[in-house]
Amino acid sequence: MKEIYFDNASTTKPSQAVLDVMIRTMTEDYGNPSSMHAKGVAAEKYLKNARKVIAGILRVSEKEICFTSGGTESDNWALCGAALAMKRRGGTILTTEMEHPAVSEPLRFLEKNGFTVRKIPVDPEGHLDTGALAELLTDDVILVSVMYVNNEIGSIAPVGQIARMVHTACPHALFHVDAIQAFGKLMIRPKTEGIDLMSVSGHKLHGPKGTGFLYIRDGVRILPLIYGGGQQGGMRSGTENVPGIAGLAEACREAYDHFEEKTAHMAALRDRLEAGLAEMDGVVIHGGEAAQRAPHIVHAAFTGVGSEVLLHTLENDGIYVSAGSACSTHKRLASPTMTAIGAPAEEVSSSVRFSFSELNTEEEVDETLAVLRRVLPLLRRYRSR
Amino acid sequence: MFDTYLIKYGEIGIKGKNRHVFEDALAKQIRLALAKIPGEFTVRHERGRVYVHCEGEWEAGETVDALQHVFGIVGICPVHTYETRDPEALKSDILDYVSREYADRTATFKVKVRRVDKEFPGTSMEIAADLGEVILEHFPNLSVDVHNPDIMFDIEIRDTVYIYSEIIPGPGGMPVGTNGSAMLCLSGGIDSPVAGWMIAKRGVSLDAVYFHAPPYTSERAREKVVDLARAVSAYAGPIRLYVVNFTDIQMAIYDHCPHEELTIIMRRYMMRIAEHFAKERGNLGIVTGESIGQVASQTMQSLMTTNAAVTLPVYRPLIGFDKNEIVEVAEKIGTYETSILPYEDCCTIFVAKHPVTKPVLEIIERSEAKLKGVVEELVEEAIRTVEVVRV
Repeated sequence: MKEIYFDNASTTKPSQAVLDVMIRTMTEDYGNPSSMHAKGVAAEKYLKNARKVIAGILRVSEKEICFTSGGTESDNWALCGAALAMKRRGGTILTTEMEHPAVSEPLRFLEKNGFTVRKIPVDPEGHLDTGALAELLTDDVILVSVMYVNNEIGSIAPVGQIARMVHTACPHALFHVDAIQAFGKLMIRPKTEGIDLMSVSGHKLHGPKGTGFLYIRDGVRILPLIYGGGQQGGMRSGTENVPGIAGLAEACREAYDHFEEKTAHMAALRDRLEAGLAEMDGVVIHGGEAAQRAPHIVHAAFTGVGSEVLLHTLENDGIYVSAGSACSTHKRLASPTMTAIGAPAEEVSSSVRFSFSELNTEEEVDETLAVLRRVLPLLRRYRSR
Repeated sequence: MFDTYLIKYGEIGIKGKNRHVFEDALAKQIRLALAKIPGEFTVRHERGRVYVHCEGEWEAGETVDALQHVFGIVGICPVHTYETRDPEALKSDILDYVSREYADRTATFKVKVRRVDKEFPGTSMEIAADLGEVILEHFPNLSVDVHNPDIMFDIEIRDTVYIYSEIIPGPGGMPVGTNGSAMLCLSGGIDSPVAGWMIAKRGVSLDAVYFHAPPYTSERAREKVVDLARAVSAYAGPIRLYVVNFTDIQMAIYDHCPHEELTIIMRRYMMRIAEHFAKERGNLGIVTGESIGQVASQTMQSLMTTNAAVTLPVYRPLIGFDKNEIVEVAEKIGTYETSILPYEDCCTIFVAKHPVTKPVLEIIERSEAKLKGVVEELVEEAIRTVEVVRV
């Protein structure tokens, strides 16, 4: 059976070029980048090159890139490292109601340790309430963290506008952006947009799992969370994951090579799927206007169908998607985003997420629509509960 | 040196002429359990005792854990063995033993001697008194209490001398394989693995059947049941798990029968299919995790109605257990953490808002009659396409 992988917001298939460079760092250039001999120098070159590639894409300087073990570490580091460094300035952190747990959980940890966390509300389309933000920007605010592209519904936050508001109202506060779903799908310029800290993950753009980086604007001081041998200027100790970093850089390079074409392709797939879904009864698409959303995510509720059941039904036809909510035998837990946008319980328990990469095709979208047209009446007939 | 475990067993001892059958089964189960861990083990039984002699890469904690999974074992005693043949050397042996195990303890003790080797000089009582005296002399913190000792030094004089003082509890019960076999209905919940464990504890070997309903239940739910079967098999020995695709039967019931009767009719078909495989395997009964009144399908009326679908006896070892008592056992045997993983199981998918709690058999049978001509083929198909997983 042909495989249709529509779960690229969960993870992506590493590209051949990524694999090739990773294998090279493990077969030939396997040295420790801190070693003084030639083997070490050869390994260090991959790190230098990776910094150069990524800094070039973001138009920032190489020393502003710190490699991490992925999006979760980048988020944890940015939030805890900034809060600890800033605690004498104040104790309030602002964030939105629909963050990924990689942001909301470290914030919960900070809250338990004396910081105050306030949530900026969002509207039913997942757009941040900038009026409420303006009121929340008090003197005590030291850090503001916002998700660039929402991982569930693909809504895009007006990062540049928020940055201006934050920097005007609270000149000393830091602005962190969780760009894990945005990097590779949007053109991001941290300097122009006013971003101080930005988290990125490698495996969302055909890179290896366990890789990522944190952009730390020159002049911003945060504390390290991992101490040891003093690698990466003492900011993030531990022998660098050379294969991962080399793979990450290659993935970033590829993502921004023919960038316009690739993102336009994903957006076309999104629009094609949504046009097909619009013709069906009982389908609700979340996140508002497609044009204002990320090109690679479609989040839809299929009324009267359990999301997990639909997921497994599509799986039978080789189509891989993600369930819109975590569910269990005894309770259905609405996801943070679904709760934040106030989606009705019926929609929450019946939504799935389709997410694309440039490797997907129009035929795959058409095939998926055909399968949906076939299975939905059946699933609605035997609706569970 | 410490390289032997004395295995104590309880009920086997009273089984009269069948005793050797039970002892052989116990030795076999011990060998099976120890085959899973590193080390070379010799299991021998002589004169009402089973000894496990350890050599090679063995490790004490691992060995005891393996033995604690063998039903029939009541106690596991770590034994020091000494190649001693005369009373004087025996004194230095006991001193060696006490200094290794209880050097700085303040406690009371008693010495008990079993002189199996009748060539050895002195009576058991005399030897015990002598050894007690020697211990008192060398360990001022230890004193004698013959009625309620903290430490009981057991000394057995055979071809070698065995000294032990600690009894680690075993799981009890009877060796698996001594009491026939049964078919366990395994659902993925908390109860059914516990029910299987309890039946196996009485010496019954197990097979199991699981009903899955793709796409309503996921591959992960199936994996979870395989994991649970594996956890039960750590005690019960190898299990054949029959994975039955139940979706079409469920849908037929949904299409033709009153919705408030769905669960009860579904369970009757599950029992019929379980019985089919049980008979095929020569099982002597069906085991379920039901307990009275836990849910609508487990009222006395429901149990009777479900039971009426089969002729094999249905064993429900948890019938009088409260949920927290079941959870307690599940935690003890290590199935709880797996059982509470949140995947849909097929019993909860097609649940009516108000299922019948007091079904009447005649009414249920009348509803089932509506499935005639449809369901037979589906049942056959489910049996034909069964997947057998050996754990």
